[in-house]
Amino acid sequence: MELMKSENIVQDRQPQPQEEEEIMQQEEEEEQRFHVLAVDDSVIDRKLLEKLLKASSYQVTCVESGEKALEYLGLLHHSSPASSSSQHHHQGHKVNLIMTDFSMPGTSGYDLLKRIKGSSWKDVPVVVMSSENVPSRISIRCLEGGAEEFMLKPLQLSDLHKIQAHLLKSLPHS
Amino acid sequence: MERNPMRRQLAIMRQSLFDQGHVDEQFVQLEELQDDANPNFVEEVVTLYYRDSARIILNIEQALERKPFDFRKLDAYMHQFKGSSSSIGAKKVKAESTLFREYCKSGNGEGCMRSFQQLKKEYATLRKKLGAYFQLARQAGPVETASRPK
Repeated sequence: MELMKSENIVQDRQPQPQEEEEIMQQEEEEEQRFHVLAVDDSVIDRKLLEKLLKASSYQVTCVESGEKALEYLGLLHHSSPASSSSQHHHQGHKVNLIMTDFSMPGTSGYDLLKRIKGSSWKDVPVVVMSSENVPSRISIRCLEGGAEEFMLKPLQLSDLHKIQAHLLKSLPHS
Repeated sequence: MERNPMRRQLAIMRQSLFDQGHVDEQFVQLEELQDDANPNFVEEVVTLYYRDSARIILNIEQALERKPFDFRKLDAYMHQFKGSSSSIGAKKVKAESTLFREYCKSGNGEGCMRSFQQLKKEYATLRKKLGAYFQLARQAGPVETASRPK
């Protein structure tokens, strides 16, 4: 009984002021980092994209389908979520860039793109990726649908500068 | 130093993977993503690839047992497989996947079956070669620990 009591005390200990500051600093730093939502049904490509983006110190959230992406963005059941305080913040999430594979079962990359552009997330840049040279009518369709760029997989480290350019576009205008 | 011959052997093995056309530039990309935080990244990705693609291989095998062939389905499976193979830099496997897809598009069942047999061979060969390579890499160890005192 005594032992459990002291365990509880340790667990419920309030963080010291210095620790609190460190925690806040860490959270602030995370807030400042760009956050990319990556959507791909291929487990390999998710792993690669995550590593690539983390190599640039971006925060990454990977989901395996268009549906999961819509769920994350709070778009699964409504066409537009409740009004938000700032451009890229909803549901407690901040998203600076969405990268999605084009050909996925169920909700395709194009479907996802249209849903995003028709929602309050519409100002978040979206990049569509594909593992093969799709006919230009498809890539044009995506660009017309609001995609920033159509990129060929597998993405390489040399593609990061393009991604950074899109992320910088997402910064609020002063 | 004991480790140097191993590292030399490792470099030779690595070069032959490229020279023999088993892997391409994408494999180098994987290597460039490997760092101190993820020192076995390449091996992890390759392991994941073989685990994940085993499922697709099985699907294709089963689809090839059903006559008449559903070329659309076969092509869809191979599109997936080709994507993964391309992502790890599996050059020969990727080339065979492309061939298979061409046979699908022209409805050539015989071609599909031949190509698939060849693909499985390349797939197995690559697995063996990469397996040996990673095993040696683990034995050779990271360069930094070579001079750590006991």
